[in-house]
Amino acid sequence: MNRTVIKTALFSVLMFGFAFALIPLYNTFCEITGLNGKTSGQVDADLVRNQIIDENRKVTVQFDSSVNSELNWEFRPTEFEMEVIPGKFYHTEFYAKNLSNKDITGQATYSVTPGKASLYFNKTECFCFTRQTLKANEEVKMPVTFIVDTKLAADVKIMTLSYTFFKLES
Amino acid sequence: MSHADTHSHDYDHDHKPKGFVKRWLMTTNHKDIGTLYLIFSLAMFIFGGALAMIIRLELFQPGLQFVQPDFFNQLTTMHALIMVFGAVMPAFVGFANWMIPIMIGAPDMALPRMNNWSFWILPFAFTMLASTFLMDGGAPAAGWTLYPPLVLQGGHNLAFAVFAIHMLGISSIMGAINVIATIMNMRAPNMGYLKMPLFVWTWLITAFLLIAVMPVFAGAVTMLLTDHYFGTSFFDAAGGGDPVLFQHIFWFFGHPEVYIMILPSFGIISEIIPTFARKPLFGYVSMVYATAGIAFLSFIVWAHHMFSVGMPLGGELFFMYATFLISIPTGVKVFNWVSTMWKGAMTFETPMLFAIAFIILFTIGGFSGLMLAIAPADFQYHDTYFVVAHFHYVLVTGAVFAIVGGVYYWIPKWTGNMYSERLGKIHFWWSTISVNVLFFPQHFLGLAGMPRRIPDYSTQFAEFNMWSSIGGFAFGLAQIFFCIIVWRTIKGKGTTKATSRVWEGAKGLEWFIPSPAPHHTFQDGAPVNDGHLAHVSSH
Repeated sequence: MNRTVIKTALFSVLMFGFAFALIPLYNTFCEITGLNGKTSGQVDADLVRNQIIDENRKVTVQFDSSVNSELNWEFRPTEFEMEVIPGKFYHTEFYAKNLSNKDITGQATYSVTPGKASLYFNKTECFCFTRQTLKANEEVKMPVTFIVDTKLAADVKIMTLSYTFFKLES
Repeated sequence: MSHADTHSHDYDHDHKPKGFVKRWLMTTNHKDIGTLYLIFSLAMFIFGGALAMIIRLELFQPGLQFVQPDFFNQLTTMHALIMVFGAVMPAFVGFANWMIPIMIGAPDMALPRMNNWSFWILPFAFTMLASTFLMDGGAPAAGWTLYPPLVLQGGHNLAFAVFAIHMLGISSIMGAINVIATIMNMRAPNMGYLKMPLFVWTWLITAFLLIAVMPVFAGAVTMLLTDHYFGTSFFDAAGGGDPVLFQHIFWFFGHPEVYIMILPSFGIISEIIPTFARKPLFGYVSMVYATAGIAFLSFIVWAHHMFSVGMPLGGELFFMYATFLISIPTGVKVFNWVSTMWKGAMTFETPMLFAIAFIILFTIGGFSGLMLAIAPADFQYHDTYFVVAHFHYVLVTGAVFAIVGGVYYWIPKWTGNMYSERLGKIHFWWSTISVNVLFFPQHFLGLAGMPRRIPDYSTQFAEFNMWSSIGGFAFGLAQIFFCIIVWRTIKGKGTTKATSRVWEGAKGLEWFIPSPAPHHTFQDGAPVNDGHLAHVSSH
């Protein structure tokens, strides 16, 4: 009887741990499969260069931005969409302004739709990789450099890169 | 019967502890703890029901009449939490405590002191949960599913709700460990696994579900707590977390949880039907496998609760087909119950009426569940009253009807008094008619697009809502009547003395001990003949 009790109690404790283990499991699962629009973080430019490029293939990349209600910033893309050729690097900028009279630090999160395209959208440089501090009323232009992988499925003609800026607690 | 006769002298001395504190607060007796669980469950059922009455009162007419929207949300949230964790689950644990040791011929539960602790945690947990009604900002109002970010915006009731959930989680896990230890180690000689009554089998499987998922739920609410108070970002997008992940974790617990609330019902129904059909249960072994099959499938269907969050097509297809699969073992069960009744010498005492109503009405709830499982259709039904109608059919006319039927079935054994059959039948018809007036129109409301958890609605929904409310008040009143019947049976008012067999067609060890069941049973072990048992007698 003691062994039954010990085994079942141990199993309960393990399942409690399993709930927490689900967090990294879920994130890893989403990154591998590209589900949930998760893209990988910063990519080394050398790793994604040197591909055979089809100059005739065009994909539209749209930029979307939003600001969490807690953060008193203006935040928008400087251009709303770009025609890109998969395999080439492109550069764009996002505009941000601190509308308050205090220095504020923010952090952007990002996702790509459709989900199946997110694995093939690589950013080599992005303001979203680090926290951004804007002084009172400061305006900045923030860079993004990206490359769309040539392995992107042929039926994807339009993809959207979406950012949301959140306030970071000091 | 000869065994019952030769052993009856064992029961002459009851050895009940003297005094209220010793008898109830410090009890380690499985029957007394079972009684405590059942009484607690009935009290919570009335409390949760009272909240539902206010909900139906507000929804009687369109517009806001009685309560403010925020309080309405508190009502729906607390109604669900109390009914799930306070009424249905403790009722089944009460049945388990009372019946499992007797049914397998054990003298008590395996861990009697832990058993006492399992119960006495509950009143404290629910006092803490209910106290949030009196606080600034009120009770939790984000729905029983506690989805972030909404639930994190509701003030300090979160901490109370989370700790209450921790406590009742500990209670359920200890209860489940106790059930497993009892069944696996304390069966009488000759009580092999495949000779156990089906109620014992369903509870064994339920107990495994409990120890598998209650800790996951405890982990999920702990993460809510740290997100709210300690600056973590498990579910906070600003810090790189994901609120959808909470939904996955919640329903990984939540779907097995709904089977935790229905599998013991299957067990009770499987005891009642053979008794009043006077035939052994049809397909006993297939019932065991079907129960295990349902339990297994319950772990791989959770995301059908969240089709509309934006899952990839592959995920929707997987969860849709996996959900459809559940209808196969469930169909086996319904088929077996009907086949048990087929050509049986049936009589229709109150427990049998509730059991038959359970089969019909639970099946209706199962069918609406299949409709909801169709991913493309679910986008229309999601978060409407169709969902409300569905889960009330499976939980009220399913779980609650099985509990009430089980109470009528075993209360003569518990109290030694035969309840009034006339009042029982009145209660049955009153409940069955009113519960359908209450919930059936909600199917139509949902299909027409009325959202759930909203205190006000568009005027075209007025008539069905009025019917539903009238049915609700009638159903609520019927349960007050049920309390009176139970009270009269305990007190022996207008009742007759129950025999030890109670029902003409009853089989199983519990019917070979006197009524009321003596304080201690099977102290010297139980001699089990196959003839005592409902399921092996025909071989």
